[in-house]
Amino acid sequence: MSGEISREEVAYVASLARLRIEESELDMFTEQLSAVLETAAALNSLDLHDVPPMAQPYPLANVFRPDVVVPSLDRDEVLAQAPAAEEGRFRVPPALGEAP
Amino acid sequence: MSSHTTAVDVAAAVRSGEQTAMATLERAYEAIAARDDEIHAFLHLTRERAQADAARVDEAVAAGREPGRLAGVPIALKDNMCTVGEPTTCSSRILERWRPPYDATVVDRLEAEGAVIVGKTNLDEFAMGSSTENSAFGPTRNPHDTAKVPGGSSGGSAAAVAADFVPLSLGSDTGGSIRQPAALCGVVGVKPTYGAVSRYGLVAFASSLDQIGPFATTVEDAALCFDIISGHDPLDATSIPTPLTPTLPTLNDGVSGLRVAIIDELSGEGIDDDVIARTEEAAEALRDAGATVEHVSIPATIYGLAAYYLIAPAEASSNLARFDGVRYGHRVEGANVAAMNVATRSAGFGDEVKRRIMLGTYALSSGYYDAYYGKAQRVRTLIANEFAEAYENFDLLLSPTSPSTAFDVGAKSDPMALYMCDVCTIPSNLAGHPAMSVPFGVGDDGLPVGVQVLAPMLGEPTMFRAAKVLEAAAKGMS
Repeated sequence: MSGEISREEVAYVASLARLRIEESELDMFTEQLSAVLETAAALNSLDLHDVPPMAQPYPLANVFRPDVVVPSLDRDEVLAQAPAAEEGRFRVPPALGEAP
Repeated sequence: MSSHTTAVDVAAAVRSGEQTAMATLERAYEAIAARDDEIHAFLHLTRERAQADAARVDEAVAAGREPGRLAGVPIALKDNMCTVGEPTTCSSRILERWRPPYDATVVDRLEAEGAVIVGKTNLDEFAMGSSTENSAFGPTRNPHDTAKVPGGSSGGSAAAVAADFVPLSLGSDTGGSIRQPAALCGVVGVKPTYGAVSRYGLVAFASSLDQIGPFATTVEDAALCFDIISGHDPLDATSIPTPLTPTLPTLNDGVSGLRVAIIDELSGEGIDDDVIARTEEAAEALRDAGATVEHVSIPATIYGLAAYYLIAPAEASSNLARFDGVRYGHRVEGANVAAMNVATRSAGFGDEVKRRIMLGTYALSSGYYDAYYGKAQRVRTLIANEFAEAYENFDLLLSPTSPSTAFDVGAKSDPMALYMCDVCTIPSNLAGHPAMSVPFGVGDDGLPVGVQVLAPMLGEPTMFRAAKVLEAAAKGMS
């Protein structure tokens, strides 16, 4: 890894994250993200081949709860917080068709 | 506030009938009204709920029922903890109109002990920052000097306690967001063991790092609050299922015979001389109280910052994908669902949040995952292993909390300069260990300095004992 990111890569990553970055902001974000990735390049000096990755510090495996019916959030209260709802569901614009 | 300024004193006065919870609440709101225009610790006051909480406590006292260990104690919550029907914005435009349909577990536990929820405090948007300047609703100021930042991201909760608006508040700490503002505001701040406090109802930033913890003016208040909010919660799958040892019973046991070490890598280069001097004086105070104090090298901690700024953004990019204009109040319309997602997120998130989402998306993307995220996770193991080795020889570790005292509002406009503020606090989050900041004197500029006490997994009882000794020694200095 070079520890840097190009303007084009920033624009591509933004599109993956569903963010629109204005042309005028691209240079700023590219410079800032490059600075962080340069710092991250310090990790390259470490030999980590024998070191396993850690996903979380207090590993709990197979966390189960009793399989009993308990009250959940009220559907209407949850939907009342959505920008649009209809017939007990979240309402969204057409999901098929042209890409943005 | 009244003459009773600690949570323990307020609860005792309310319990004995010396003052009512309602009068205590009104005094808190008067203090807030008098000075919060200047400080901006609060985003919203939860007046109706607070009055209902206070009335319930006063009724219990009048009827001779147990009013709880926090009877009538006004408490502020960082605005990333859910409160049913009240704003929970995370200081972001994207959640401005959302009202949670449920309470966070910590809120339930506080109210069950008689606490009064007075309001929601300012933070860096989605808890991403170290100065509380990065809020969509304007910055919070440091009560000790309003030209300075309070630290962050829980700057509103730290300032609310430092300004004597409330004796207790809650923050969340992902890389130092409780401890660093506690240090800069001169209050006690605790990051508990990962899994000790339920996160049900905490809006997630980086799920393998986030923990909720208290701010207080005394170590005893912080210990009391920790004992109340900690413990297993079936609603949080990362919550530790075994019973935790309460910290209050041993709080005054002292440090005689404890083995303490200053972490060399976090007490040298990049840390201001006055902050290092206070840390060494804190070590001396522990030695005077009967502990042995040495130095220890934990070399991997110097890679903590680099690992953190890959892991935290990676997890944030995933957690914040849920803010898509479908479920949480805010939407900017678009011709189709993808266009609506893009328009909503682009208008709703601030620059720092966008920066971290992009960084995290990049670190997780195909072809870069092993080089960035995977490597950072291995460094995390390295840090945890080196801590484990150190804890074979020592009971507690010591370091500065923040590299400097509070800096000027607007002084750190470069993101990387702000990230450096977390260099001493990040290693504990990566390892999952508890750590806390205790006020210990002032810097050359007269502003508060915090010293960090670090403990191994579930080492809170010992950590609080050392904090209590440092608190007493700091009082003796001033």
